Amino acid sequence: MIPRLGLVAVVLLAAQGDRQSIPPLAAHVTDLTGTLNPQQQQTLESDLTALETAKGSQVGVLMVRTTGAEDIAAYGIRVADAWKLGRKGTDDGVIVIVATEDRRVRIEVGRGLEGAIPDAAAARVIREYIAPRFRENDFYGGLRDAVGALTKLINDEPLPAPLSDDPTGDGNGIMPALGAAWFVALLLRGIFGRLPGAPRAGIVGLGSGAVAWLVSGLMAVGVGAGLIGLILGLLGRGSGGAFARRGGWGGFGGGGGFGGGGFGGGGFSGGGGGFSGGGASGRW
Amino acid sequence: MRPTGLLVLLFLAPILTGCGYNTIQSKDEGVKAAWSEVLNQYQRRADLVPNLVSTVKGYAAHEEEVFIKVAEARASVGKVVLTAEDLNDETKLKQFQAAQGELSSALSRLMAVSEAYPQLKADGLFQNLQAQLEGTENRVTVARNRSIQVVQEYNTYVRSFPQNLTAKIFGYKTKANFSVENEKEISTAPTVDFSKPAPATTR
Repeated sequence: MIPRLGLVAVVLLAAQGDRQSIPPLAAHVTDLTGTLNPQQQQTLESDLTALETAKGSQVGVLMVRTTGAEDIAAYGIRVADAWKLGRKGTDDGVIVIVATEDRRVRIEVGRGLEGAIPDAAAARVIREYIAPRFRENDFYGGLRDAVGALTKLINDEPLPAPLSDDPTGDGNGIMPALGAAWFVALLLRGIFGRLPGAPRAGIVGLGSGAVAWLVSGLMAVGVGAGLIGLILGLLGRGSGGAFARRGGWGGFGGGGGFGGGGFGGGGFSGGGGGFSGGGASGRW
Repeated sequence: MRPTGLLVLLFLAPILTGCGYNTIQSKDEGVKAAWSEVLNQYQRRADLVPNLVSTVKGYAAHEEEVFIKVAEARASVGKVVLTAEDLNDETKLKQFQAAQGELSSALSRLMAVSEAYPQLKADGLFQNLQAQLEGTENRVTVARNRSIQVVQEYNTYVRSFPQNLTAKIFGYKTKANFSVENEKEISTAPTVDFSKPAPATTR
């Protein structure tokens, strides 16, 4: 048992060594090869943004030179796991991956779209839309047609309506969590009012952090609330009572801070969609 | 000093009281879920076999031997059932892997044979089935990798101190994992190396 686990670790480490890195997700279209000109990239980007606004599904395009020794399917699922395109729970993400030097292409389909884009359909998109144009070095044309075909398939699928705000969602529990954290912060401050500033602030911060965590179910909210409460509590040691009060509020404020920082990044990000290896690979 | 000590105590309290029982539960469930997904995808592959065989038969009727091989492998896969509870049993997992591996090689043989029939390759239904088979093989790989990871996490957790005491008391043993040395033979997906000409005769 033990040597086997060790072997797994060694194999995993060895495999990690020669694997291509996954580019960070910044836009729907990521071209690392410089094949698409800015205008083409912009057109694809706006098409995909329009789809996301209308339907909620996130479709991404990634162009790399090579996937290295790794098969494009294995690389694809790693990209999918890292990017998490598609809405959480709906899992409606699609990634079109092109490895120009390998002459390999893959359409990675999220779990929720495997009905709308079955493997056979993905294979057909590659065979009929992508491959013929790629063979003539018309990468933009192939991608444009493929995106069009995928959009049509997705549009035919009944999916939950897109959220009007950030599709990342998942923030449902934050407001009640903040309310509860506030209440607990006030309560704890009252109970531990006689302690010196630092432990009082610490307790208040920890308490409100823990409550924020419990209520929201998001550990990050709780940890954020707790840590900030703690830091402010320790800072407040010198200034006595007034600062300790701020420490208590700091714990509460931590939760709010996360809400802004975590979700309000401004750029494009995956919504937490899951993939389980559906889709098709092909060459041209 | 006193406030800092109090804080340290506050941080340590949950760690000291935690015996890992709940985490073992959730990791155990995680292993079961991952395993179900593996079974699910293997089943999906087995379900594809009849359609695939009958399509290939339509164009390559005299490749009897390959069809028999696939049918046999398909039947033996159906016999080796491995529930999540059986995951503690390494020999059973080995049997399961062997049966699935058999079907993998029989299927890759079938796909290799089909390369020799241009009309078959151009058939729309066959192309669809081929895409489905490839997709399913890929899903099997993904599900297996995830299962390997989850089982590894579970095993590591159950064997670490102090959870090993909890695990011992409640009878949570380490689980058998897909063996890596077998991985290469077994996961020879039935995708075909197109550069090689298909052999004229079957084995």
